[in-house]
Amino acid sequence: MLIKRNLMFALTLALIVVGVTAYSRHAHAHTPAVYANEIVIQNFAFEPSTLTVKAGATVTWVNRDDEPHTATATDKRFNSKTLENGDKFSTQFNTPGTYNYYCALHPKMTGQVIVK
Amino acid sequence: MSDEANEMKRRSFLKCMAWAGTGLVWAMNGGVLSAAELLAEPKRKQAGFTFVQISDSHIGFNKDPNHDVTKTFQEAVDRINALEEQPAFVIHTGDITHLAAAAQFDTAAQILKGARTSQVYYVPGEHDVFTDDGKLYFERFGRGTQGQGWQSFDYNGVHFIGLINVLNLKQGSGTGLGGTGFGQLGQDQLTWLQKDVKGLSSSTPIVVFAHIPLWTISQDWGWGTDESEQALGYLKRFGSVTVLNGHVHQIMQKVEGNVTFHTARSTAYPQPVPGTAPAPGPIKDVPADKLRSMLGLPDVNYVAKENQLAVVDETLGST
Repeated sequence: MLIKRNLMFALTLALIVVGVTAYSRHAHAHTPAVYANEIVIQNFAFEPSTLTVKAGATVTWVNRDDEPHTATATDKRFNSKTLENGDKFSTQFNTPGTYNYYCALHPKMTGQVIVK
Repeated sequence: MSDEANEMKRRSFLKCMAWAGTGLVWAMNGGVLSAAELLAEPKRKQAGFTFVQISDSHIGFNKDPNHDVTKTFQEAVDRINALEEQPAFVIHTGDITHLAAAAQFDTAAQILKGARTSQVYYVPGEHDVFTDDGKLYFERFGRGTQGQGWQSFDYNGVHFIGLINVLNLKQGSGTGLGGTGFGQLGQDQLTWLQKDVKGLSSSTPIVVFAHIPLWTISQDWGWGTDESEQALGYLKRFGSVTVLNGHVHQIMQKVEGNVTFHTARSTAYPQPVPGTAPAPGPIKDVPADKLRSMLGLPDVNYVAKENQLAVVDETLGST
């Protein structure tokens, strides 16, 4: 009996967890995307153009322009390749330092990630 | 729709195409290149030869203001084939494709195969090389070139030089680094250029073609080329130098001493005049019936006797 009750409890808990996860996913889908460590490409510019993150953080670029762009490291250590409208690119920064990057198609577009 | 209505539609379409620009006819007259709309055919009668520049076909682009750039590119080739005098060759000044995809290169090459001319010369735009440093581009169009794809050839006494300024682009100065975001020629290419023209007599007419303008059109938009002054310096002693570029998707001309600069329209979409928009990129809100008046190609006419080059800018909209 006791075993059965514990099982029921565990099952209920599991359902709650699943429910919360599902809800949070749902919420994400409907909230305008404002994520930490996200760089938006819009109007031929990276926004923010300087992003400061902690070592180990993952940074994501998303292209909101109709034109294709890239996020290409000046020293080539990362390269998003072609990002069309809506495309995303993520990379992890483990070592502190300043990482300059630009758009390989429009090299006037520049940005930097500072890792602390 | 009835045949009559279709015909009406086609006619009004052609009418609009008439004053949109598809191409430039370049005419060489005794060393001076001059441009004219492809319309101005009679002027080119006494030419030594003509060639056509075609640019910025951006095969693969499918947004406003042009959802069928393959079609407008085909129309540009149709224009070439309708010329009274078959051009000696065609020069594509880059951004053949939008995203440097194999299928996009192949579509463009297939359409240009239909052009009535003996040869097509290519230089890449940044859209043709940015994903793979030009691997796919050079596989297809790099044959017969030197160094990293540079080329030169002579035709009827005129020396043609194809330069590449879209490789190894360096980032602009936005985040404190000292770059310009301009096109790049690189020391190796400059050295090659200097050698290439060394043995030529100063009376040889020179035509230089490259994708990004070799003169500064806009600092803010990176419409210029680092080391272009050095490159043009090697050409100073020549009596006639014509520089043909693409990239800006609109006609811009400048004469500086013996050097005439000319940029071609795109066959895909127009771009704004620098300073009139926050950023470069397609002008999106072009009415469908106006689009072809903003696309085009130059036809160049060389008249040997007068040693002059004449450029005729034709729009896809002209009849």
